[in-house]
Amino acid sequence: MAHTPLIEFRQVSKFYGSGEATIRALDRVDLSIDAGEFVAIMGPSGSGKSTSMNVIGGLDVPSSGEYLFQGIPTTNFNRTQLTLLRRHMLGFVFQGFNLLARTSAVENVELPLVYRGMAVGERRERARLALEQVGLKGREGHTTQELSGGQQQRVAIARAIVTDPAVLLADEPTGNLDTKTSREIMELISRLNRENGITVIMVTHEEDIAAYGRRLLRFVDGRLAGDEVQAREAAHVL
Amino acid sequence: MFFETAKLAWRAISRNLLRSFLTVLGVVIGVAAVIAMVTIGNGTTAQVQSELARLGTNTLFVRPGQWGPGRASTEAKRFEDRDIEAMRNQISGLRAVAPLNRGSATVIAGGENRSSSVIGTTNDYLVAQDWDLASGRSFLPAEERGQAACIVGETVRRELFGAADPVGQTIRVSNISCPVVGLLSAKGQSGMGDDQDDTVIMPLKLHQRRIGGTNTISSVILSAQDGVSTAKVQSDVESLLRERRRIGVGRDDDFSVADMSQMAAAMTGTTTLLTGLLGAVAAVSLLVGGIGIMNIMLVSVTERTREIGIRLAIGALERQVLTQFLVEAVMLSIFGGVAGILTGLSLAYGVVSLLNVPFVTSPMIIFVAFAFSAIIGVVFGYFPARRAAQLNPIDALRHE
Repeated sequence: MAHTPLIEFRQVSKFYGSGEATIRALDRVDLSIDAGEFVAIMGPSGSGKSTSMNVIGGLDVPSSGEYLFQGIPTTNFNRTQLTLLRRHMLGFVFQGFNLLARTSAVENVELPLVYRGMAVGERRERARLALEQVGLKGREGHTTQELSGGQQQRVAIARAIVTDPAVLLADEPTGNLDTKTSREIMELISRLNRENGITVIMVTHEEDIAAYGRRLLRFVDGRLAGDEVQAREAAHVL
Repeated sequence: MFFETAKLAWRAISRNLLRSFLTVLGVVIGVAAVIAMVTIGNGTTAQVQSELARLGTNTLFVRPGQWGPGRASTEAKRFEDRDIEAMRNQISGLRAVAPLNRGSATVIAGGENRSSSVIGTTNDYLVAQDWDLASGRSFLPAEERGQAACIVGETVRRELFGAADPVGQTIRVSNISCPVVGLLSAKGQSGMGDDQDDTVIMPLKLHQRRIGGTNTISSVILSAQDGVSTAKVQSDVESLLRERRRIGVGRDDDFSVADMSQMAAAMTGTTTLLTGLLGAVAAVSLLVGGIGIMNIMLVSVTERTREIGIRLAIGALERQVLTQFLVEAVMLSIFGGVAGILTGLSLAYGVVSLLNVPFVTSPMIIFVAFAFSAIIGVVFGYFPARRAAQLNPIDALRHE
C-alpha cells in the first residue's frame, strides 16, 4: 500500500424511506480524494451531492458500502466518534453562514476550541490569527448582526480553519452572496487551499464557482457521472 | 470547561430575563412559602418554649382526656370539687391547687363593652401563675364561696375604664353584676400569641353557676413547693386520680397530668404536624415550578435548534450539549431557589416582627431548600437537555 487517499468511498449507497418509496440518494459511489485537493461537487438538486457531503462530514452514515477517512473505515463509528472526527479533522462552511447570533466574531471563531477544552488565552489568540487570515483583523469584537454577509462568511471560514483541519467542507459557500463578494470568498478559499495545503471539498450548483476547484465531480441521480481535472487558469477567467 | 458552560448558561438566561424570571416564579413561590412558614413556625415555637420556661417547671396541668394533637378530651369525665379537695389533702408538697374553668363572655362597663376571656378559679390560681395584683385585693372567703367579685386584667381595664382605676367599680359579665376588687399586673402576650391581659377572673363557684351552668371543673393547675420533685407530685396525682376515677389496672388514663416541658413537647408536636402539611403543599408547588422550567427549557431547545446544530457540527459532543442545557436549567432553578429563600426570609421577618415573636432562621431548612431547587433543575432539565443533545445535526442545521 503505497498510497492512502484522504477520503475514500467504496460502493457507498444511501437510501431514505422504504419499499416502493425508497429514494436512492447515493447509489454505489466509488470515490477517492487526496490530501491537498480542491474538489468541486456539482449536480442538480436530489443528485446526491449534499448527501455525499454529509457522509464525508460525518453528519450522515452510509446505508451500505464503506467510507474511509485516512484509510480508516468509519462504518462502525458511533456518534461520539463521528463528532471527534469532525472536531479534529473537519471544518464546515455553510451556505447560511450559521454563526451564533448576538455573539462576537472572535467568540464564534473560538467555539470549536472551547469544545476541545483549550484554555481561554490560547484559543483567543488562535481565533484572532484565524480572523486575520480571512482579512477581518480589527473586527474581532463585532457581533454577527454588525457584519455584512461576506464578512459573516469570512468569520465562518475562520471558525472552520481555526482548528487546523485536514479538510474544509464548504456547502454552497457563496449561495447567499452577491457576485463580487462570492469572488472574494472563493479567492480566500483558493488561497487557503494553495498556501495552507488544506483540502477543500465544495458543493455548488454554479459553474463559475465550481471553476475554482481543480477537480470537478458531477453527480446525477445518486451516481458519480463525471470526474475531471480542471485547468488551474479556469479560476481566473471569471 | 465548567466555567465556560456556566457562562454560556448565564448568557442564555440573561438574554431573556423576563421569561427566565417568569419561568422560575413557581420555584420562587414554593421555596419562599417553605422558608417563611418554617421560620415563622420556629419563631413561635421558640416563643412558646421561652414562655413555658419562664413559667417554671414546678407547675403541673391536670386535664380530662389525653394531651397531644388529634386527641379529643370532650368525652372524658370532668373533675369535681371533691377531686380538688382530695388533691389538696392527700398530695404533699403542693403550694397551690387551682381549679380552672375558662370561657369567653361579653364584659360591659359604662358605655364600653368587650369580649374577653373569663376564668373561674380560686386565689390559688394567682399563686400558681405567680401573678401579682397591681391594685386592690384577691378574693375574700365569702367570694370564694360564690359571692360576686371580679379581678380584671390590664387590657380589660384599658378598654373599659381608660385611665381610671377600676377597683371599686362594677362591671357586667354575661349579665352578672360584678364588683371589681382587684387589678392584675400586665403580663403581655402568651406563647400562643393571645393577650393574657384580656382576662377577667372570678370565683369558680360564680363562674360555674352563672356562666358554665355546671358544677364540674375542666382543668386544674398545680404548683409544687420549691425543692419538691414535680415527677413525684405528678405520679402521686396520677395514682390518686386513677383511684378516684376507678380506672382498672392496665387501662389507659382518661386524664392527663403534664408539666411544662411535656406541654411544650405537645405544642411542638402540633407545629411539626403543621410543618409537615406545609411541606406537602410546598412540594406540590415545587413540582409545578419544576414543570414550568421543563416547559420553557423545551421551548428554548426548539428555538435554539439551529444553534444546537451548529455546535454539534463543529465538534460538540452529545454530552457537552446535554451539560450545557442541564446547567442552564439548574442555574435557573437555583436562582429561583435563592430568590425564594430571600423572599421567604423577608416575608417571615415581616410577619415575625408583627407577631412580636423572635426571628429564628434555620440553616438546615435553607440548605434543604437550596439543594431541593438544584435537584428540581436537574430532574426537570434532564429531559429537554437530552432532547437537545440527541438532535440530528443535519436536521438541526436546516431548522429555520
